[in-house]
Amino acid sequence: MNAPFEISRRSFLSVSLVGGAVLSFGAWLALSDEAEAGGGDTVLNAFIRINPDNSVVIGAKNPEIGQGVKTMLPMLIAEELDVDWEQVHIEQTLADATKYGPQVAGGSRSTPVNWLPMRQAGAAARSMLVMAAAKQWSVAPASLTTGSGMVRHAASGRSATYASLAAAAARIEPPALDAVALKPDDAFRIIGTSRRGVDTPAIVRGTPLFGIDTALPGMVYAAIEACPVFQGTIAAFDDKAAKAVKGVIAVVQLNTGLVPKGQFDALAIVADSWWTAQQARGKLKVDWDTGTLKQFSTAAYARQAEAALKQAPQADILNKGDAAAALSGAARTVTARYDYPFLAHGTLEPQNCTGLFEDGALTLWAPSQAPAGGRAQVAEMLGIAPEAMTIHMTRIGGGFGRRLMSDYMVQVAQIARAVPGKPVKLIYTRADDVRHDYYRPGGWHELTAGLDGEGNLVALRDHFVSFGADGKPVRAAALEETEFPAQILPHVHFGATYLPTNLPTGWLRAPTSNAMGFVFQSFLDETAEAAGVDLPTFVLGLLGKDRLLPQVGRANQFHTGRARKVIEEVCKFASWDGKRPSGGNGSGNGGGNGNNNGGRGRGFGFYFSHAGYFAEVVDAAVSPDGEIKVEKIWVAGDIGSHVINPLNALHQVQGAAIEGLAQAMIGQKVDQVEGAVVQENFDSFPLLRIDVVPRDVAVKFVPSPFPPTGLGEPALPPVIPALANAIYAATGKRVRSLPMTLNSQTA
Amino acid sequence: MELTVNRAKHSVLVDAEKPLLWVLREDLQLPGTKFGCGAGLCGACTVLLDGQPVRSCQTPVGSVGEAAITTIEDVASQPAGQHVVAAWEELDVPQCGYCQAGQIMSATWLVEQMPNPQDEDIDAVMSGNICRCSTYLRIRAAIKQAARAKGAAA
Ligand code: FES
Ligand code: FES
Repeated sequence: MNAPFEISRRSFLSVSLVGGAVLSFGAWLALSDEAEAGGGDTVLNAFIRINPDNSVVIGAKNPEIGQGVKTMLPMLIAEELDVDWEQVHIEQTLADATKYGPQVAGGSRSTPVNWLPMRQAGAAARSMLVMAAAKQWSVAPASLTTGSGMVRHAASGRSATYASLAAAAARIEPPALDAVALKPDDAFRIIGTSRRGVDTPAIVRGTPLFGIDTALPGMVYAAIEACPVFQGTIAAFDDKAAKAVKGVIAVVQLNTGLVPKGQFDALAIVADSWWTAQQARGKLKVDWDTGTLKQFSTAAYARQAEAALKQAPQADILNKGDAAAALSGAARTVTARYDYPFLAHGTLEPQNCTGLFEDGALTLWAPSQAPAGGRAQVAEMLGIAPEAMTIHMTRIGGGFGRRLMSDYMVQVAQIARAVPGKPVKLIYTRADDVRHDYYRPGGWHELTAGLDGEGNLVALRDHFVSFGADGKPVRAAALEETEFPAQILPHVHFGATYLPTNLPTGWLRAPTSNAMGFVFQSFLDETAEAAGVDLPTFVLGLLGKDRLLPQVGRANQFHTGRARKVIEEVCKFASWDGKRPSGGNGSGNGGGNGNNNGGRGRGFGFYFSHAGYFAEVVDAAVSPDGEIKVEKIWVAGDIGSHVINPLNALHQVQGAAIEGLAQAMIGQKVDQVEGAVVQENFDSFPLLRIDVVPRDVAVKFVPSPFPPTGLGEPALPPVIPALANAIYAATGKRVRSLPMTLNSQTA
Repeated sequence: MELTVNRAKHSVLVDAEKPLLWVLREDLQLPGTKFGCGAGLCGACTVLLDGQPVRSCQTPVGSVGEAAITTIEDVASQPAGQHVVAAWEELDVPQCGYCQAGQIMSATWLVEQMPNPQDEDIDAVMSGNICRCSTYLRIRAAIKQAARAKGAAA
C-alpha cells in the first residue's frame, strides 16, 4: 500500500477561510524553510507536493467508498493548479481534520463542501509558483501564464517547470484563500471531463487497497461474539474451550459501542488466524442478559402501528392552515396506507478495522466514512486523547451510510489495547454484519389528500408511525415538514407516533428520502389519478411558477423551476405522452381493474433530496405470476452548474437507480424476533443480482446556474415510486408496501 | 501441504479444513481474493481451479489437491484474462471495487467459453457474483468488449 500523504504539522501556517457555513474550512499552506521534504519533493500546501520530475502528488482527503471522491476532489485541485491530469499522482491523506478540513463521506456533501476550498488550494499553490517565477525573472506576475505544470512569460519566451520553481514558491507567503483568483468556467480543462477512477488499475489487478486487506508485520486477527439482542449484556461466560484452541491468543471482553460506556456486551477472540478465531468462537459459552429486550419484534411493531393509526398522532410535525376542515370540505378525497421495512446495508466488504496500541498511542486502519466521529468515540471509550490516535483511511468496499457509524473502530481499539504491541484486525462475518447493523428504520403512513372541484390538491394529512422516544424520531426516521408538496399547500397536517425499539438505526443511502419518495410520489400518483391527470402534469401543476421556496431550518431550499425543468426533460427524454400511462393490451390504464396480469406499464417519480432534483421514468413488465421485470429507466437530474466527472456521475446515477430497485423489488427486509435480527446472509437478505438489472439506465443532466452539489444519493429515491406507479399502470394494482410482493396485493 | 497458485508451487502448514479463501489471504499474502459472505452466495471469493470458477470460501484447502489455482493477481495468465482486465479498466467498471476480483474471475471463464456472449448468457453466468454498487451495466459491456478483443487477437 502507498504511504499516506503525510507532512509534518510544523510546516504549516493556518489560513482561515471565511464565507458562509459550508466554507468554514481551515486549509494549511506551507511556510518557508521547512518546505523542503526528504525526497527532493517540495510541499506547497497540505494537498500538494511537487516532485523533481515535475509530476505532482495531490492528497485526496475524503473517504473513498466507491463514490469516486478520491478522483473528483483532486480534479478540482489539479484544475486550478493548472497541471495536466497525466502529471498527477493521487494519495489518500490521513484522517486529520485540523490539517485537511472535514473528511466525511456522507449526505452527498463532498461536492458542495469542497467545490471552492479544493479549487482555492490549487489556485493558491499556482499563485505561489507564479510569484516565484515573477521574482526570478523580474516581471509582473500578471504577465505570466501557466499550463501543464509550467509558468510561461510570452513576451520574453521564457518558461519554467513547476518543479524548478517549487523550492522558491514554498518560501512565498501563501495568499489568502478567499482572495485567490479562480479560473473562469470556460478555462476548465479537467472539471467537466471524464476521468476513470484513480484506483481502477489497482482494483482490476487485485492490488491490496481495502481495510480488510491491511497487512502488518506480526498481525493477529479477531472475531467478535456480540449479543444477538441489541443492548443485551453478558451475565456469565466460559471461554476455557475457546482458549484451548491452538492459535488463540486472548479472549477480550468489550463494549460494542451501543450501550453506555463501562458495560460490556461482546467477547472478542484474538488468534493467529481469523479462521482460527472463528473456530474458537464456536466454543464460547455465553449467557446473555437480555432483560425485557425480547419484547421487540417485527410482529409487535406491526400490531402497535395498526393500533397507533386508529388514534390521533402523538406529536405534530407540521400543522398549517386547517387540514381537517379542508378535507371535510373537499370535492374529493383519497386515502391510503403505505409502509416499508427496516433495511440493512450489506456492504460487500464486511465491517472490519485494524488497530495497533503501543506506548499509550493507537493507530487505526479504518474503512470509515466518518473517521473524525470514530476518533472522538474511541478517545472516549479508551480514555485517551484524540491526538494520541493516528487514523489511516483505507479504500472502502461499500459505504452506503453503514460506515458513518464507528462501532468497529471502538471495538478494535479495545481489542488492540488488550494485546499491546500487536496489530490486530477485526473482521465481522456476514451474519455479524447483517445482525449488527444500524438499520434504515421502518415506517407506516396513513395519508389523506383533498382535491377541490377543479382537481387541485388543497389539503394533505399524514399520520406517520415510525420509531423513537419522547416524541422524537430515532436516527434516520424523521419525516420533515418540507416533505414535498407540504410547503406549497395551504392546509397540511403531518402528525407522528413513535414506537420504542431496541434496534439501532442509521443512515442508508438517501436516508429518509429512500422511504418518503416511495410513499409520497406513489400517493401523489393515486391523487393525480383521482384528479384525472398523469403524475408529471399533476406535479407540474403543484409547482406553479418558478421560484425559490422559503428556507425551513437546515433543509436544502427547494426551487420549483429546477424541479419543473427535470420533470419536463425526463418526459421528453422518455417520450412520456402526457396521458395517464396505459399498460400493454391497452387495458392497464390505471383504472384499478386489477385484472391485467402480464401487462407492461410505465411510471413516473420525482424527488428532491441532498440538494439534487431528479425525475425518473420506469418501464416495467409484470408476468402473470407476479414477477416484475424492469426494462428501462430514464433519469433527468439537476445537480447545478457543473458535473465535475461525467463518467463517474453516470456510474453513480445508474448505481443509485438500480439500488432503488433492490430496496423495492427483491424482498429486502430486516425482521426481528425476540429482540434479535433474523436475517444472516444474502439468502435471507438478498442483494440485487445482474439478472434483475434493466437493459439500460439512460441519464441526462440538466445544468442550472447554481453551485454544483453531490450525486451519491439523490438519484435513488424517485426510482422506487416510478416502479410502483409502473406496476399500477401494468396491472391496476397499487403497491403500497415494501418490499413489493405482487401476489398478496390489493388494488 | 503443496499448492500450485498462480503458476508457482507453495507449501503451507494449515488445517486441511481451512477454506482456500483464508489460505490465500492469510497464509499466501494474496488478498486480492475477497471475503463477502463465507457461504457461497456472493462470488467475491471466486478463483479458478484448473480454469473452472469456484467459490474459495466453500473450498477446503485439503480438497484442492494438484489443481492449479489462479487468483486475480495472475488472471492475466489465462487466455481471456488479459482481455477481461483490459476491458474492465477501459470501461472503468469498478465503483467501490470490492466485488470486482470475483467478477473478473467469473467473466474470464465466461469469455473462455463463449466467443460472442449475449446479455442472457452473461446474466446466467454472472448471477452468482453480487455487486452491491450495481456496476452491472458495465459488467455486461466489459464482457462483450473482452470477448470481441479476444476474438480479434485470436
Ligand atoms: S465469500 Fe465466497 S461466495 Fe461470498
Ligand atoms: S463495485 Fe462495489 S460491490 Fe461491486
